[in-house]
Amino acid sequence: MSTAAPVSPRSDQGVHPWWQALPFAAVFLVFFVIPLGLVLMVSFWDFNEYELLPAFTWRNYVSMWEGCGRLNEYGDFCVTLSTYLSTLKFALLSWALTLLLGFALAYFLAFHVHSVGMQTLLFVLCTVPFWTSNVIRMIAWVPLLGRNGLLNQGLAAAGLTRQPLEWLLFSDFSVLLAYVHLYTMFMIVPIFNSMMRIDRSLLEAARDAGASAWQTLWNVIVPLSRTGILIGSIFIITIVMGDFVTVGVMGGQQIASIGKMIQVQTSYLQFPLAAANAVVLLLTVLMIVWGLTRVVDIRKEL
Amino acid sequence: MAATYREPRAPGFWPLALLFGAFVLFLYGPMLTIFVLSFQGPEGGLTFPMRGWSLHWYRQLANGLGVVDIGAAFQRSLALGAVVMGLTVLLSLLASLAFRKRLRGGNLLFYVTIASLIMPSIVVSLGIGLQFRLLDSGIKQLAAAWGLHDWLETFTTSLGLFSSALGAHLSWTLPFGLLIMFAVFNRFNPAYEEAARDLGASPWQTFRHVVLPLIAPSAIGVGMFGFTLSWDEIARTSQAIGDVNTLPLELQGLTTTVTTPAIYALGTVTTVVSFAVMALAIGATRALKRRQGGSR
Repeated sequence: MSTAAPVSPRSDQGVHPWWQALPFAAVFLVFFVIPLGLVLMVSFWDFNEYELLPAFTWRNYVSMWEGCGRLNEYGDFCVTLSTYLSTLKFALLSWALTLLLGFALAYFLAFHVHSVGMQTLLFVLCTVPFWTSNVIRMIAWVPLLGRNGLLNQGLAAAGLTRQPLEWLLFSDFSVLLAYVHLYTMFMIVPIFNSMMRIDRSLLEAARDAGASAWQTLWNVIVPLSRTGILIGSIFIITIVMGDFVTVGVMGGQQIASIGKMIQVQTSYLQFPLAAANAVVLLLTVLMIVWGLTRVVDIRKEL
Repeated sequence: MAATYREPRAPGFWPLALLFGAFVLFLYGPMLTIFVLSFQGPEGGLTFPMRGWSLHWYRQLANGLGVVDIGAAFQRSLALGAVVMGLTVLLSLLASLAFRKRLRGGNLLFYVTIASLIMPSIVVSLGIGLQFRLLDSGIKQLAAAWGLHDWLETFTTSLGLFSSALGAHLSWTLPFGLLIMFAVFNRFNPAYEEAARDLGASPWQTFRHVVLPLIAPSAIGVGMFGFTLSWDEIARTSQAIGDVNTLPLELQGLTTTVTTPAIYALGTVTTVVSFAVMALAIGATRALKRRQGGSR
């Protein structure tokens, strides 16, 4: 409790805090901790077509990576490996794009917009679309990017293309576009929050010491926005690594992802396989997050 | 404080302002497109041009899309959202009060909460689904052992909207609720509470008449946030729901089967509901603030 919310004075009066936290803690015990434990447990279970067989086996983990030691006859990786690589690629690309875009927009809001009222207004402007369902926001791209969509119509009318571009929709491009569209706000908010805590006199000091705008940006603002950048990055990476909805809808159900693989396995009632997959996914994500959080204590920064 | 150093537009203002404008357009453009296209004439398709204007696709929507009962899914999501909203406010408020005192194991609880926030939703969902399926087989064995055969014939599953799905939603909304309440109490001046106590108020009186009125607008914000998260939740619900689906899940299924502007009409309607909830919440906050201002 070293860095907890401020402890109010004379706090031992009234209801014991344990009772107050109990319902909250119970929810996480029943709907988070136990389920995760079960995933771990079942990932070592055997199964047949009808039921789960509670006996310890490595089978699920082994069969997951079957044939992954070499390339197959078409020169591709095995299914699991190529799915993980594809998901990692999406995570990396969407992370880079949302970070660049989110940082630039947060910078604009924090340092170029001076009145708090204007900042609030612009923020609300960016949040309003979030009140719409994500699926709706995804399919909203169809009339724009589709074969007969607005963009293809425009390109054809301008004489730039003879045939409609097929790669605009239900492709890697559209999946990535949707990630940027849906999740850039998750980058903007924490980075903006960090930037607003930067003491403005530091910027003046940098300028007085002769730093150019770029030098101030790179040597003062970026390091001091580190926390926001990390929180945003963790959000984006964990969302994209586990995603199966966006990749499904925007990929026309044709693009593989780890989340989708898990979903398909559970729909065939292959729970132990799905659980083993989930454990590997979790370890991958935890490794990335661990790498990121080593630099920062999230709790201090609230 | 914002005006401590004001000068002519700093370098980079216009390019960044342009980028911001483009981003806003990027956010709104697609939404506006489907809003317009939902009023497509009966002959019209999924893309421009508009072939006349009509409410045809809204009527189609009211009559149901294929086998999916949209109205029922709509009501289920609304009911679930309302329950999630209430519980999110109540539980995160209580927990944040506990965190203000010396709470043993508070660190652990906090880290579990954060873990739930950043855990890939499909993993949580799979876990909850597994849990309730194992629970099902346990229940069936028990019932068989106790000879409850009649009851056993009617029992299908313990997975459901207000059991597993509710839990899945709470595991997603509560971390946000707690973090917001933390932020609120970090900026909360404990002098008010001390004053109330010094004047002889009991802990409950202090909470009811001093703390609660001050944080009520934020609590409404937490509730609003909880509802929106629940209203739009797919990933955590997907494996943790029984035979019936929530609206976003139905919607996700419909994207592959419905190829008429009716889906745009549905999108517009769900968006209107979200906006209505926001408007209600903002209205309530305003009313609260006015009442506080008036009673001073």
